[in-house]
Parts: sequence; C-alpha cells; structure tokens
Amino acid sequence: MSAGFNARGFYTLFAKEVRRFLKVTVQTVLTPMVTALLYLLVFGQALEAHVEVYEGIGYTAFLIPGLMMMSIIQNAFANSSSSIIQSKMTGNLVFVLLAPLSSLEFFAAFVLAAVVRGLLVALAVYAVAVLFVDLPLAHPWAIAVFAVIGSATLGALGVVAGIWADKYDQLAGFQNFFILPLSFLSGVFYSIHSLPGVWQQISHFNPFFYLIDGFRWGFFGQGDASVALSLSVSLGFLFLLAGLGLYLLRKGYKIRR
Amino acid sequence: MSTAISIQQVHKRFASLQALKGISMTVPRGAFFGLLGPNGAGKSTLISIMAGLARADAGAISVMGHDVVSAWRQSRRALGVVPQELVYDPFFSVREVLRLQSGYFGLGRGNEAWIEELLETLSLAGKADANLQELSGGMKRRVLIAQALVHRPEVVVLDEPTAGVDVELRQSLWRFARRLHREGHTILLTTHYLEEAESLCDEIAILNHGELVTRDSKQNLLARYPWRTLHITVDRTTFQLPEALVPLLTSADDNCLTFRLHRERDTIGGVLAALQAAGLTVVDLSTEEVGLEEVFLRLTGQSGEDA
Repeated sequence: MSAGFNARGFYTLFAKEVRRFLKVTVQTVLTPMVTALLYLLVFGQALEAHVEVYEGIGYTAFLIPGLMMMSIIQNAFANSSSSIIQSKMTGNLVFVLLAPLSSLEFFAAFVLAAVVRGLLVALAVYAVAVLFVDLPLAHPWAIAVFAVIGSATLGALGVVAGIWADKYDQLAGFQNFFILPLSFLSGVFYSIHSLPGVWQQISHFNPFFYLIDGFRWGFFGQGDASVALSLSVSLGFLFLLAGLGLYLLRKGYKIRR
Repeated sequence: MSTAISIQQVHKRFASLQALKGISMTVPRGAFFGLLGPNGAGKSTLISIMAGLARADAGAISVMGHDVVSAWRQSRRALGVVPQELVYDPFFSVREVLRLQSGYFGLGRGNEAWIEELLETLSLAGKADANLQELSGGMKRRVLIAQALVHRPEVVVLDEPTAGVDVELRQSLWRFARRLHREGHTILLTTHYLEEAESLCDEIAILNHGELVTRDSKQNLLARYPWRTLHITVDRTTFQLPEALVPLLTSADDNCLTFRLHRERDTIGGVLAALQAAGLTVVDLSTEEVGLEEVFLRLTGQSGEDA
C-alpha cells in the first residue's frame, strides 16, 4: 500500500462535498430547518400545557434538542449517501476513484462534509428556536461532542448505504424504513420513561436513543440514561460504522470491480 | 526503449465470464499504442485494472515502473484516463471541476497556469465558468480530456475517445492526440475505428475473448498480410473466366470482378493478360491495399476468409 496521507486531496474532496450541498441550500439546510420548526410548532403548541417530561422544563424546550439531533441524523445521512449514490449513478465517481486518494481520505472527506451539514442544520434550528423558547446550556461540551458524534455516525452510515445501494429506490427504502423510524422512536418527542416496560427495554437497543439522550443532557443536565453510557454507546456505534465503511471502501465493494 | 506500461499474466473473471486470460505485454515509453478488439474482448477491463478501477485476480500491471497495487498513488499520478462515457458532475463549472481534479492529485495553486493553458488549448476558455450541464457533447468530451491531463500524466489513456462524435471534433481530437504524443506523452488508445488506429498508432495490440491475439508494430502487422484487392469491370456479363484466375476471384457481380492478389506471387499484369487472352476487354480497374481492418477481422476470426 502506498504510504502517506494526501492531505490536499482529502481537503479538496471534503471542500467539494461541502460546496455541493451549499449550492442547494434551500433543499439541504432551509427545508430541514423549516420541517423541524413545524414539528416544534405543532407538538409544542399541542402538548406544552399537558406534558412536563423533566421537572421545571417546558415541553417545547424539551423538544428542541431532540429535533436538533433528529435533523442532524437525517441530514448527515442524506449528505454522504445521496452524494455517493448520485456519483455512482451518473458515473462521475470515476474522477475520485482515478485519483490517488486512499479509502481513509475518501471516507474522512465524506464524513466530515456530513458533519458540517449536520451541524449547520442543527444550528439553524437552534437559532430560530431560541427566539421563542428559553433554552439552558448545562454542559456545552456535551452538546458539541454529541452533535459531532451524531453527525459523524450518520455520515458514516450514509457512506455505507451509498456504497451498498444500486439505485435511489434502495436508498429511499433505507432512509424510510430504517433511519426515519429509529430516529422517531428514539425519544425525540418523549422520554422513554413514559413508555411501557417492554418498549423501554427495546429503546435501549436503539443507538439513536443514546445520541439524543446525551445531546439533551448537554442542555438540561438530565437524561434517561447516564451520559457515560450514552457517550460509550454512541462512540461504539461510530467506530463500528467507520470500520464497516472503511472495510467496504478498501474492498472496493460495488465501486471498484 | 524503456517501458511505460508493463502487463504481466493478468487474469480477471466476472462470475462465469473469464474476461482476461493471462494477458502479458508491454507498451514502450513514448509510443502511440493502439489497443484493439471487438466488444467484450477485455480492453476496458484491462484499462480499468491499470487505472485501479478494477482488481486483477492474478498478475501485475505497472505504469512508469509503479505497480498499480503496491504503489497505486504513484501509478495513478503517472496515468491520465479519458473515460469512454460522457460523465460529469452537474454541480460545478468547467474551471471548478479542473481545480477539483487537480486538488485530488495533491496539486494546489501552482497548477493554475496549467489549468488555464488546458482551457485555452482545448477551446474551453469561453465556457470555463459555465456549468457542465450547459455544454454540448463535444465540449463535455474535451472537459474529460482536460481532467485526464490536469495532473500532467506521462501516460494518457484514451478509451474510445471519438465514439459518437462528429467528423470535425474527431479530426480535432486526432490533432490533439498527435500533439500530446509529439510532446512526449505515451498514448494508449482503444478504439472501434480501425481507420483511427491505422492513422494514429505506431504499435498495436489486438485482444479477443480475453486473450492477446497479436502485438506488433503497425508496419509489421500490415506486412503480415501481403494481400491487395483488384476490382475489374469487363465489357460483358456472360463469359468464361480463365482457369488460372478462378482461385484469385473473391466476388463477381455481373461484369464487376474482384480478385485478391498476393503481393509476391500475383501481378496485375498477369490478371489483365489472362483476361485479354480469354477475349475480354477491361473497361475499368482499381486496386485496394490491405488495411488494418482486414488484419483485425482475420485475427479476431470475424472474417469468413482464410488469411
């Protein structure tokens, strides 16, 4: 294997992926922000007076970190997966494959670009939400760490799905039957303590639950699981997907014959 | 002459199809090398392995002395590939894609002057800031060439560069390919147009069913088949062909006769004399030298005639 790190090559691919989504900001940043705010408006208005998940914290405030993380999850995944499948379908992935870029450089560039999009969408949701709700920042380090881990994890999952899928339809299936249900059922709209016992247990096998719970702990200093557990599971999930993504790229699975 | 591309015992299988069956050959540095073969012969698979787009099951390929597996960064830097399909990134302009491709190869602002030169040389300067989607097919083809050359590779692979392009663009691409060759690049050309290979290449390899059928200089290949064709029109449609000319006759259509003559054994004068002796008058006559097309068809078994 040729040694070294093609830093400029990596940076160019990363910058290209960022510019790609910035060229269509209405679709990649504004739309998810508006969607998150609509959820906030509808659920917040409907349940604010009836539900108090954590003592002293209104339901709308409780909802915001969940919606931010849900936006991170969906948009970081969409960024890497849609870019890779699009490049595969149109054939222009060949320009990257012909270049002296390693699997690590390829993977890191796509994941980092997904992190940028995830954070940008989350910040956009936050910036608008705080105009209406007072949101504490109990542990800013945890907010940053879980936001980065969450977007990197889903960026990595997007790389895996983008490599695996042969057509947009398969990717849409992955997104609608895996990402969407897991993110909705991870405690975005509720505390898992409000669920019946068996569903509480099942929720503990959902890795997205730990991302959202740890992220929410960063805001309120309270959560359904301990922050150490959330951090460990989230990091474990990230390493697992990173390992899988790098393995597929090294093998050239579905991208090199 | 030193070697630009070395291919040693390369095998590749796709499911039940053995695409390459132990191909070995070398492409000398500075050559204009033609890689010919019918569809499914294995040309694109061989190029894909060379470029790192596919992996050989066995064997080795090196580009400018760099193994494409163990020294893939160096081998990819030495190689510029113009893909066969008109692929492009719809998000960016011509100048942007050239800068991106340059960056992937680790080149920074120092390469800007070369990018501008490529834009000028390939008549893309006027459209440098246009999105790729807005360009004609011919322009997109030129952008692909610019992308392949942006890192100044020593070896350039042109994979069916003139497939589906109009005559004018084909001529301009030929001129550009000759210029690259004159400037010292090693060119590997795959093409379906035998006329193209005959006009441009000095060395030729022919693949068929994943095997190397032949690899030789163009002159030797053409000389290997010392045949020429003689077309004669005689003054009547009903006649008895002299016995001596029957083995040479390849077709007869009314009063138009076509003969295949061996350069050393048969003479045009001999044919004319035999026809005259049979009382026939020659109304018209033309000759055709053997072309690469005939050589190709015979070597790949696509011609019904024996060599």
